[in-house]
Amino acid sequence: MDWKLTDDRPIWLQLSEQLARGIISGVYPPGSRLPSVRELAMQAGVNPNTMQRALAQLEQDGLAKAERTAGRIVTEDLQVLEKARLAEAKIKASEYLHGMEQLGYDKAQAVEMLKEETK
Amino acid sequence: MNEKLIECSGLGKRYGAKRALDCVDLSVGRGRIIGLLGPNGSGKTTLIKILCGLLQPTSGKVAIAGEAIGAKSKAIISYLPDRTYFANWMNASDMFDVFEDFYADFDRKKAESMCKSLGIEPKEKLKTMSKGTKEKVQLVLVMSRKAQLYLLDEPIAGVDPAARDFILNTILTNYNQEGTVVISTHLIADIEPVLDEVIFLKEGKIMRHQSVDDIRSEEGKSVDALFREIFRAHPVEGGEF
Repeated sequence: MDWKLTDDRPIWLQLSEQLARGIISGVYPPGSRLPSVRELAMQAGVNPNTMQRALAQLEQDGLAKAERTAGRIVTEDLQVLEKARLAEAKIKASEYLHGMEQLGYDKAQAVEMLKEETK
Repeated sequence: MNEKLIECSGLGKRYGAKRALDCVDLSVGRGRIIGLLGPNGSGKTTLIKILCGLLQPTSGKVAIAGEAIGAKSKAIISYLPDRTYFANWMNASDMFDVFEDFYADFDRKKAESMCKSLGIEPKEKLKTMSKGTKEKVQLVLVMSRKAQLYLLDEPIAGVDPAARDFILNTILTNYNQEGTVVISTHLIADIEPVLDEVIFLKEGKIMRHQSVDDIRSEEGKSVDALFREIFRAHPVEGGEF
């Protein structure tokens, strides 16, 4: 996983988003075991307590669940995964529209261009 | 085990008329990585030296794991000073000998393997080492102790970015749930992601003591950016050419 942290937001939040993206995109497939807190913290170069908080958020969102003995398992609930994927897609779409708006295109023009692009 | 590793109340230190620390109240728990941040001359080193027992406070109280500063507190503190204190003729394994004699919790094997992964030749004399390599050796010594409190005074200032990453990783892998690491530095951006909380010192006073993520969500900016904002020095204006 490639970790990117920006300056403007809490680190744990960014970590949990990136982990969620990793789960949706299949870096961590359904039913697989997530690396340990310490391992993930080392990979991302962050404090283990921060990573712990990010993983707790994943659990709350239902994307991962804690196994009593051995770390965390990615959920196999396809509905939950689909929901997370949709949420992520919505963000991407609104980012696109926002970017186009900044360039001075309205929504209709933006949609038109998207159509043009997919031809 | 005492939950509070560091407790200071009303701590002050004066050098003549100069107040280096002014009424510092501080309480630090276990299992944390803490950044001690402040511009030059804000009292970072003075605070660390008081915690180690190298300086006597002028006023106030300090306790380390519930004990006053003394032999007991020194046994559980691993301190990285801001300058080298070893003799020039020594090499890394001489220094390992010294640490082995002095500290019961020193793990020589760990120190040797860390030196190896940093590419430090154990027989090279301190005299011929570069500034960065000397710093690395000292950090290896300090982090190879199984202490409860690590006080690192400017551990990353003199080393290259690759070594900096190694050092931060070393800190991350070696600290334990009972231990706490205090890192004083002004290179905030580099260490920000590994910190739990930060302490901002300004002119001997604690301005802020908060978790990194709380600062980020409250301020909408990084600790580094906040630091620059608080401590921005304004260039003197005027002057004609």
